[in-house]
Amino acid sequence: MSVRTLPLVFINLGGEMLYILDQRLQALNTSEDNSEKVMNDIVGTMFSKDFMDELIKPQQLYSHRTLKTVLTRLAHASIMRLNPASMDRLYELMVMAFKYQVFLCPRPKDLLLITYNHIDTIREYVKHTPVVVNQVDETHRKIIEVYSSLPEGEFQLLRQTLLIFFQDMHVRVSLFLKNQIQNPNGRFALSTSGPVPHGIDVPGLIRMFDRKGREVRRCEFPTGGSYSSPVREGCFELHGDRVIRLGMNMYTINHPEETHTSKAPSLLMSKQLATKTDDTPNLLAKEELNLLARLMGSMKAENMPETGFWINLFTTDQEEEEEAASDGAEESLFGVINIQAMQDEQVATELARIAGQFAEGEETPGNLSSSKGDDLLAMMDDL
Amino acid sequence: MYHKEKSIQIKNSASALYNNLGVLRIAPRSLTYFTVVHANVVNMVSASWDGLNYSHRQLQSKEPNVATSTSLIMQAAFCALPSRDLLVVTSQKGIQIYESDGSTMVYWHALDIPETPTAQAVFARGISAVESYICVGVSSGAILVFDVPSKGSNITLSDVLKGHEKSITDMASECSGSQECIADLISADDRGNLCVWKSGETFQRFNNIPGFDMSCTSVKLWKGTAVAGYGTGQIRLYEAVTGILHAEVNAHARWIYSLDIAPFSGLLLSAGEDSLVRVWHLTMKPESLSVEVAHLHNECVTDTQICGAKFCDGDGYAFAVTGYDLSEIIRYTQS
Repeated sequence: MSVRTLPLVFINLGGEMLYILDQRLQALNTSEDNSEKVMNDIVGTMFSKDFMDELIKPQQLYSHRTLKTVLTRLAHASIMRLNPASMDRLYELMVMAFKYQVFLCPRPKDLLLITYNHIDTIREYVKHTPVVVNQVDETHRKIIEVYSSLPEGEFQLLRQTLLIFFQDMHVRVSLFLKNQIQNPNGRFALSTSGPVPHGIDVPGLIRMFDRKGREVRRCEFPTGGSYSSPVREGCFELHGDRVIRLGMNMYTINHPEETHTSKAPSLLMSKQLATKTDDTPNLLAKEELNLLARLMGSMKAENMPETGFWINLFTTDQEEEEEAASDGAEESLFGVINIQAMQDEQVATELARIAGQFAEGEETPGNLSSSKGDDLLAMMDDL
Repeated sequence: MYHKEKSIQIKNSASALYNNLGVLRIAPRSLTYFTVVHANVVNMVSASWDGLNYSHRQLQSKEPNVATSTSLIMQAAFCALPSRDLLVVTSQKGIQIYESDGSTMVYWHALDIPETPTAQAVFARGISAVESYICVGVSSGAILVFDVPSKGSNITLSDVLKGHEKSITDMASECSGSQECIADLISADDRGNLCVWKSGETFQRFNNIPGFDMSCTSVKLWKGTAVAGYGTGQIRLYEAVTGILHAEVNAHARWIYSLDIAPFSGLLLSAGEDSLVRVWHLTMKPESLSVEVAHLHNECVTDTQICGAKFCDGDGYAFAVTGYDLSEIIRYTQS
């Protein structure tokens, strides 16, 4: 469908990833220096000109697997290390947050405001490093240039493409459940009250005209909701009040349990994703491999440090047990998964090898022979 | 006025696409077929009227790719032609035409897809039968007209209509067969423009009703009246051949995704992303040469962005609804 989804997908998912990482770094009393370094490294890689240029090329949105591989590489552009299980849970959180934002987006065009909310906060994270701020600004300008003139119909197509991508994902997130934006069955709450989006008239009016175009009658009908006039429109420039709050940071430093996720009662997410693709062979299409190669190649391979530092992304075994003991009643509903981030040399090396392989060349996609493709697939299967 | 019936469970959830529900009533066999699109698959259910038998079938978009995202289906709709019913499925790759029960594919038309993707996405969307033709819209704004024989698979592309500059969103027709109409086909696009046509060996464009730069997502034709739903949540009623605006309704708080008309009773169904389905009544006013619209009923499908809503019969006695991420077809019947 839409061939313009990738830049928005990476900025928004990347933004959510940074919100979560920031919350964890702060909650664990990580030194300011280390925190800043992690943020600068990830943001610098994500907003690098090469990477953004690759994303902006018209192309399809591929699979979750490709996306997750690239986001993992992005996370590892910093000195932080995450193991695959942590990355899986992190990805779930990121995607559910973005799904919520896209689902509730008032007008299709407001996808840009959501993106700009993410960019605004990202700029704050790296504000002490002018070089990176510059990169963020440049990317922001590019996005404004490419997307501002698109008609609403195109934005809706983009939104529909994203919704298909997020389809059937109902992972429950404790923060969302607590704030009642998500129901216990994993679905998001959709209100039939409140201000209508900008440019839309409040429902309830029927106007009838004569053949000369003069209004001859008007009457009202019950809407079954309670809608009010729209608020002012958000700003689509580099800086300004975006007005809508979707895309702003939902996590605070004081409540680590906010990043708990749990499966919806009926189906496991991994099973859901598997069902989605179960009639396709366990391969990436040639075009998808090409995209992956180009994206990995456009990210500069960092010098893999001897000792990175590792962070516990989510609660440890002990914290889990303590919590389970105190919240006996809720335990059955919230089967919280225990994950640990840990230094995984093997994973880091594999990824470095993949990144290094593609960073080298002006290797054109056509040169990827099938055996090389198989090697790459085998490597990714091991992740 | 209506009450909820038992839903029909489908194999996957509905995708967020305009007009994402197809309904075909097979009176001689006391069956109704339903189609719901999920990504690159069409879910078909055949439901017996006594509510006892349901059989399911899934149709894949042609050449199911390893990367499923490149063969996404945009729409599936039934086409009732003078001597046969067919099922048309449009995707990013092309147009597939099946027998109405989905058992055999009788025709395949591939779209021209450029080697390297261009900024403009390529897909087919907007399906309507008129006389013995099947018309399908394309993302470039063109409309492909296929001539369909009364039997067999000798379907041919007979015309390409140019009237739109933006992607086609939906198409509708009336007057097939017995009645004589000035215009019998209407097409809508992403800028809200409507084109009104008369079918024939050469299709004639009768009128162009301009939009206001806002997508018309769903359109119907009834007794010479064009009924159109827009991204502004509004429904507008126009006299098709002249473009005179009869009425404008501020119907929904979000984008309208589906409209349907029950031709024998003049009931109109509208559904949108705001989770509401509304039933209206259209009345012809011959003395003032206009059409009036009155509101009858609301149904709220909690927390669901509706993507398909259709009457199950020509009188509007029952209707069915699909929603994004919902794996069921919800049904309502008149009390």
